[in-house]
Amino acid sequence: MKLLPTVAGLGLLAATGFAQAADPNLPRNLAATCANCHGTNGKAVPGAGIDALNGVEKAKALQKLADFKSGAKPASIMHQIVKGYTDEQLDLIASYFAAQK
Amino acid sequence: MMLMKRRDFLKAGAAAGALASLYGCAGTGKASGHVVVVGGGYGGATVAKYLRMWSEGGVQVTLVERNPTFISCPMSNLVVGGTRTMEEITVSYDGLKNTWGVRIIQDDVLAVDAAKRSLRLAKGGELSYDRLVLSPGIEFMWNEIPGLDNAAAQSTILHAWKAGPQTVALRKQLEDMKNGGVYALTIPKAPYRCPPGPYERACLVANYFKQSKPKSKVIILDANEDVVSKKGLFTKAWTDLYKDIVEYRPNSEVKDVDVASKTAILEFDKFKADVLNVVPPHRAGDVATKSGIKLINDRWVDIDWLSMESTNTPGVHVLGDAVFPAPTMPKSGHMANQHGKLAAAAILNLLSGDQPNPTPVLMNTCYSFVDAKNAIHVTSVHQYDPATKVVQPVKGAGGVSAARNEIEGKVALGWAKNIWADMLA
Repeated sequence: MKLLPTVAGLGLLAATGFAQAADPNLPRNLAATCANCHGTNGKAVPGAGIDALNGVEKAKALQKLADFKSGAKPASIMHQIVKGYTDEQLDLIASYFAAQK
Repeated sequence: MMLMKRRDFLKAGAAAGALASLYGCAGTGKASGHVVVVGGGYGGATVAKYLRMWSEGGVQVTLVERNPTFISCPMSNLVVGGTRTMEEITVSYDGLKNTWGVRIIQDDVLAVDAAKRSLRLAKGGELSYDRLVLSPGIEFMWNEIPGLDNAAAQSTILHAWKAGPQTVALRKQLEDMKNGGVYALTIPKAPYRCPPGPYERACLVANYFKQSKPKSKVIILDANEDVVSKKGLFTKAWTDLYKDIVEYRPNSEVKDVDVASKTAILEFDKFKADVLNVVPPHRAGDVATKSGIKLINDRWVDIDWLSMESTNTPGVHVLGDAVFPAPTMPKSGHMANQHGKLAAAAILNLLSGDQPNPTPVLMNTCYSFVDAKNAIHVTSVHQYDPATKVVQPVKGAGGVSAARNEIEGKVALGWAKNIWADMLA
């Protein structure tokens, strides 16, 4: 069963033991950490050889990230990066990019 | 004249702010005000763009940068090694100006008056701000190498650790060197800018020698006790690719230099080279160290990791290589870009009367070339830890390449195009 983003956000709070409310721009801020390689708001530079993430269907993105994490999908670098984010954070990131045109 | 310009700018700013408010703005409050950014490198350019983008034009941004164009340090070793040109690592500031409405002033900052929230420009005039971002990069500690503590010496014994004229000049010295000559590169003790950078430079100079001057040598004089970054991958490249060219000497700190004979003076030894490339120890850039901002070890700025704000000077945020690093955090262009986004989000919250995001995340990726085509990476992810109030590396995440490969060589060039666009386009 898929968690709603708000529930995922609460899960993140519980995980870090932080009493403060989540920042309303948390998905945007988290997604921005991907932009160095994948382009601002996921719009990668065409022809530069790195995947664009804007408009990628959320379920598809989460499956790919899960496969990087488990090792099912081979990668040069993403298998190491994806392990630095919680599942809740990946959920927020995938939602944000799915909504980008 | 400066005052006139500023008044016009503020008028224009008020109009832009009114326009933006028609369209609304993400976030709980409406961010407005004037942010001045000093330094248009990986950190400063990023924070300038993201402040404009995320506030939908509501926040006015002025960027003070001394150079007319952005020249990238990452990829500049390819120019030193002769496989790329300066044009390929140079990007215009026009995107920031024309697409994002950042006001750009080509100048130096003389002094910051944090109490008055204003700063003084070298060419004259003052700028006032609601929040200030300093992204000044590094300054070399020439006093640590007395023989280099003058301009004439510095034009002969190069660092090429800030991309620009020195990059071109070092390339020229290598081209002019005879076959059979010795190139020596000295590395300061960590922390320094770009941990894998010196070892990459050694590889790319060796690659040039292998093809054009095969009797020549590359000697690495490292002040550290071992290779600081990507050790296994670099030492394998030296053995596999440059066996008779590269020699690595740990625990070899340069104490002084004899400029005339191009000799590096170590504690118990001396080393004479044909091309001597000294990367001196460094500290935060002058604008940060001369403004009363709290430093750690007299070198790096102490900041709050939720906002990148100075711990003793409210309203002043500091980014990039100038910052005292969190555990295992490298001084890299990629990390400075991430600092810029963290600061942009925090500043917009603060200008709206909200608290900064309590759960920031930063990540880093550094690619290094070991020859013209093959590259290796190191990556890490850092999450804010409320217990220590520092961003901490996530255990089990990050790592290095399994082996050097051409795919990462292509991705490294793609990384450059994307991060330059993320900052400047």
